[in-house]
Amino acid sequence: MRIRIGSLIAAAWLVAGPAAAGQSSSPKPPANDDCLACHGEHVDAKQFEASTHGPMACVDCHADLAKQVDFPHAEKLAKVKCASCHDDIATKYHDSMHAWAKEKAGLIGAPACADCHGKHDIRPHVDAQSRVFRTRIPETCGSCHAGIKEQFDRGIHAAKLKVGDSRAPSCADCHTAHAIQRVDTNTSKLAVTAECGTCHAQVVDSFRRTFHGKVTEIGFTAVAQCSDCHGAHEILPAANSASKVSKAHLVETCGRCHQGANEQFVKYDPHPNPSDYTRSAVLWWANRFYWVLIPGCFGFFGLHSALWFWRGRKES
Amino acid sequence: MTPAVLEDPTVVPRSPERLARQPLTHVRRFDLKTRLLHIVIMVTFLGLSATGMPLLFSDAPWARVLASLFFGFKGAGYVHRFLGATLLLAVVVHVGDVLVRAFVRGEKGVLWGPTSMVPQPKDVVDFFGMLKWFVGLGPRPKIEHFAYWEKFDYWAVLWGTAIMGAAGLILWFPVLASRVLPGWMFNVALFVHGAEASLAIGFIFAVHFFNGHLRPGKFPMDLVIFTGTVSAHELEHERGAEFDRLCAARSLDELGAPAPSPALVRRGYVIGTIGLSLGLALFALIVYATVR
Repeated sequence: MRIRIGSLIAAAWLVAGPAAAGQSSSPKPPANDDCLACHGEHVDAKQFEASTHGPMACVDCHADLAKQVDFPHAEKLAKVKCASCHDDIATKYHDSMHAWAKEKAGLIGAPACADCHGKHDIRPHVDAQSRVFRTRIPETCGSCHAGIKEQFDRGIHAAKLKVGDSRAPSCADCHTAHAIQRVDTNTSKLAVTAECGTCHAQVVDSFRRTFHGKVTEIGFTAVAQCSDCHGAHEILPAANSASKVSKAHLVETCGRCHQGANEQFVKYDPHPNPSDYTRSAVLWWANRFYWVLIPGCFGFFGLHSALWFWRGRKES
Repeated sequence: MTPAVLEDPTVVPRSPERLARQPLTHVRRFDLKTRLLHIVIMVTFLGLSATGMPLLFSDAPWARVLASLFFGFKGAGYVHRFLGATLLLAVVVHVGDVLVRAFVRGEKGVLWGPTSMVPQPKDVVDFFGMLKWFVGLGPRPKIEHFAYWEKFDYWAVLWGTAIMGAAGLILWFPVLASRVLPGWMFNVALFVHGAEASLAIGFIFAVHFFNGHLRPGKFPMDLVIFTGTVSAHELEHERGAEFDRLCAARSLDELGAPAPSPALVRRGYVIGTIGLSLGLALFALIVYATVR
């Protein structure tokens, strides 16, 4: 990104430079020091220089001041357009729920770029001090979604994030960073299940063998997916008695869809594996049985038909 | 060539005038009940395959498209359960009918004998006879009323309907089933329903289609299951043992029938063509999903 911004500035100079030379009357844009002379209290110069935009000029973002002659400038400035450099991200943002809330529904509290990334202290997401570094994302999102953060903090994923497990998911892994959608849409529901599979590959594979998994695989969400049983934010291992999939809660969890589910009912395995004898011997035997029966039948009658076809052609 | 049935001295026409109009060139093979049962199985089987395959092959690129033909998985599910219940009912009625014929009416030859569906020692002999004929070591064996490959089809449908029907009912009413079965039986039921479906679909659309319709001598289709009668000439060629037995018992005349009307033949071709085409199309989808 740095290289790109650098080249953009260079390109701007190439175009603007000769023009500026020809017109001696055009004003010289204020340098960062000029700005900081007044705004030094508001903008921490050191923090800004350490940020990812440190090498840039104030007027690169506050572009309406680049041609300003008279200072002090008007109190109200044009909005900073992050999209002038980050247009690909801006496109994703504009299709998101956050942009819809802010721009269409008029929810002024809905976030734009700076609400998550900060202003003069923006750091890349791989920087541990960044507001959008993976372990800090819950805190950033939680500044609005406080209730959800409370739930998330009770779950196993938050616990793993807190001890620095880089594989543990943060908000953006499931919801995406910029293209955040309502979670009750078909597409986002299906995408989240696929997302669980990026870490829990075998678990999602086994889920795909079930009725639930097959129905969702062909694009319908009327049946249970990961979060319907495990919860979305406060996911806990089955061994934890607070978990929705713990022995204590299974009847209740399954019963949300299957009214009348009992202790017998919840012996169902939502993640079956026919090749795992220890998981279910009966399923293992059924698998073995059909592994003999199906090839046996097709092999036998395949050969039978082939021979018949050969003989029939010869006789006719 | 004059059909053999007319040369047979045992043929005694019941009405000479009528015989002159409609010569009894054919032999009755399937009564209306049997032909209706085949139609019901055919329609329900095709429908069950088309509505079940989107889930059985949920990772195939066509799965969603096939489901959308039935307005999504819910629509496909309603059609699937309706057809499944219909097929199950038809098979139960059929089994009931067979049992009544055998035990209540005391009909002979249902449970044992040359016309029975129950495998006979002769079937083993026929099988080895066919193998010899295939490789050119002997003549084509004289087959009885039902050949061993036809009996296999028949019992496969009974076995398949019983297994898939039971598994399907468990999956249809899981909460009810959990009163007598542990929940992990749903896993077994779904697995068995799918595995048995793969077997049944593959068997019907490849093996049954070939043996019954597409093989040399029958191609493109055998109309007997739609018209109910087979020409005496074909009977003599295809089922020599049955033909000989009927001649010896002088009962060919009892089973004699006129050739099917052109309208009936046309109807048979239409139904058969639709059935075969749909079945082969579904089979092609499976082959595509498997080898892709």
